[in-house]
Amino acid sequence: MSEIFGIPIQAFMGQLMLGLVNGSFYAMLSLGLAVIFGMLNIINFAHGALYMVGAFMAWLGLTYLDIGYWQALLLAPLCVGVFGVLIERTMLQWLYKLDHLYGLLLTFGLALVLEGLFINIFGVSGQPYSIPDELSGAFNLGFMFLPKYRAWVIVSSLGVCFATWYVIEKTQLGAYLRAATENPKLTQAFGINVPLMVMLTYGFGAALAGFAGVLAAPAIQVSPLMGSNLIIVVFAVVVIGGMGSILGSILTGIGLGVIEGLTKVFWPEASATVVFIIMAIVLMIRPAGLFGRET
Amino acid sequence: MSRSAIGYIALLAFGLAAPFFIYPVLVMKVLCFALFACAFNLLLGYTGLLSFGHAVFLGTAGYVTGHALKVWELPTLVGLLAGAGAAAVLGWVIGSLAIRRQGIYFAMVTLALAQMMFFFFLQASFTGGEDGLQGIPRGTLFGIDLADDMNLYYLVLAIFAASFWLIQRVIHSPFGQILKAIRENEPRAISLGYDVAKYKLLAFVLSAGLAGLAGATKALVFKFATLSDAHWHTSGEVVLMTLLGGMGTVFGPLVGASVIVTLQNELADKVGSLVTVIMGAIFVVCVLAFRRGIVGESLALYRRMIGQKP
Repeated sequence: MSEIFGIPIQAFMGQLMLGLVNGSFYAMLSLGLAVIFGMLNIINFAHGALYMVGAFMAWLGLTYLDIGYWQALLLAPLCVGVFGVLIERTMLQWLYKLDHLYGLLLTFGLALVLEGLFINIFGVSGQPYSIPDELSGAFNLGFMFLPKYRAWVIVSSLGVCFATWYVIEKTQLGAYLRAATENPKLTQAFGINVPLMVMLTYGFGAALAGFAGVLAAPAIQVSPLMGSNLIIVVFAVVVIGGMGSILGSILTGIGLGVIEGLTKVFWPEASATVVFIIMAIVLMIRPAGLFGRET
Repeated sequence: MSRSAIGYIALLAFGLAAPFFIYPVLVMKVLCFALFACAFNLLLGYTGLLSFGHAVFLGTAGYVTGHALKVWELPTLVGLLAGAGAAAVLGWVIGSLAIRRQGIYFAMVTLALAQMMFFFFLQASFTGGEDGLQGIPRGTLFGIDLADDMNLYYLVLAIFAASFWLIQRVIHSPFGQILKAIRENEPRAISLGYDVAKYKLLAFVLSAGLAGLAGATKALVFKFATLSDAHWHTSGEVVLMTLLGGMGTVFGPLVGASVIVTLQNELADKVGSLVTVIMGAIFVVCVLAFRRGIVGESLALYRRMIGQKP
């Protein structure tokens, strides 16, 4: 068996893996958007920019401070998370009582500021970030070569996604979080510090974006534009999946990544638009989204 | 004569005299973006719908008008109308999909569909890809040569004035009242028996068509249509113009567009890519401290001064 639907199996599996890698990024970012939206009622347009900042932190760390990939994987999300907390404290916290659209507009402005600053300093061209030694090379699976780094991206991002799901759905902290999402006033009346949880939620969402950025750094070139190109696709993913369910956003993200990868094999011209086309179809058939529950 | 009539006449007089002391192409650019922002404000300010992909109508109309004038060699007026018409048709398609979701999802759907069209324009052959469509002839109108900037200026001013008048008529019509009712309380508008989806769609198509007219005019002024007109950055710009000027106010978009276009024009060669940073910072400041915009805040201040409750 060397061909599948008339496509060499090597190329087919290669695109499938790339689709899974992209899907992992979609899943992590849409998960972050969903968690933030649940607690803050804000669509975080700056999510793509935070992802880009995460990747740049890893690159800057390696280039100027000799901080390796593994340390960056821990430090960069931490820095981005702290940055997120600062954003929440200084700006977002004043918007909770207002219409949702102001949150979108404010974070859009933040995304422009971040992107513009990084373009101004680093230019629009990409900076290469080499794959760490432990993860370079490939596994020989007999019928195909699986680059180790791609396997690592898929495994680690799925791990993070499911850890997030577990914390939110199965632990005491998660129960507080869900309670605060459902009814903040009542939850606060029970003595739970809701504003603190809101702040940490945004910080966590930002850190998740930063983590995705570090994972992405060796897979694609680090460039100031990497975030804004991605975030619009992630918005479409969120519209398709709906933000009501954590598992739903993970599954939708990965599924759409795979579909996009396969489209690259069979109809390359449509690969950039296929997610949007699926979104249009979902809107026609099931306007609330696949996992959505809309009031 | 009422105060607002004096205001309109003063504004028109300024518009007629402007090209004699300001570079006409700059004023035309301001007018194109002001029309774009006014069309957008009809949707955001008066219907409460935030479309985050409005640039797609500006860009589409630019391409259609450019193609009609350059390749099909149609008369200028027909070319302009073709551009606006194409944008309205696209507005009908995107609008009927987007109104299926409310609030923040509406913004995300419009943004995503606009991005889809952007990729389509990037790949399609008639748009010239990244180079854009260049060398669009301006042609003539009723025997007047539009290649001359001054002649074209008065056409652009007439288009803007007519559209502005149309938008005012719409806002103050019974149709406009229903749009405002939808903005204030959608369930209530439904319970009063209005087919809300139909009104929203009509407002969307109208706004898209007028945004298209702005794009068509812009293509005529600059003699080219580019991909950047359809980019989400431009969608963000029109949101910023409306927000800065004052959404839901009559003159807000005009003021916002004048400020932003002038600012970009002044800053472009001084600070380069920092323009984006400044635009983003204005966004942040507007949302945090200045939500009624320049016109809205001035009106509130005026009302306070004459001792009226806001």
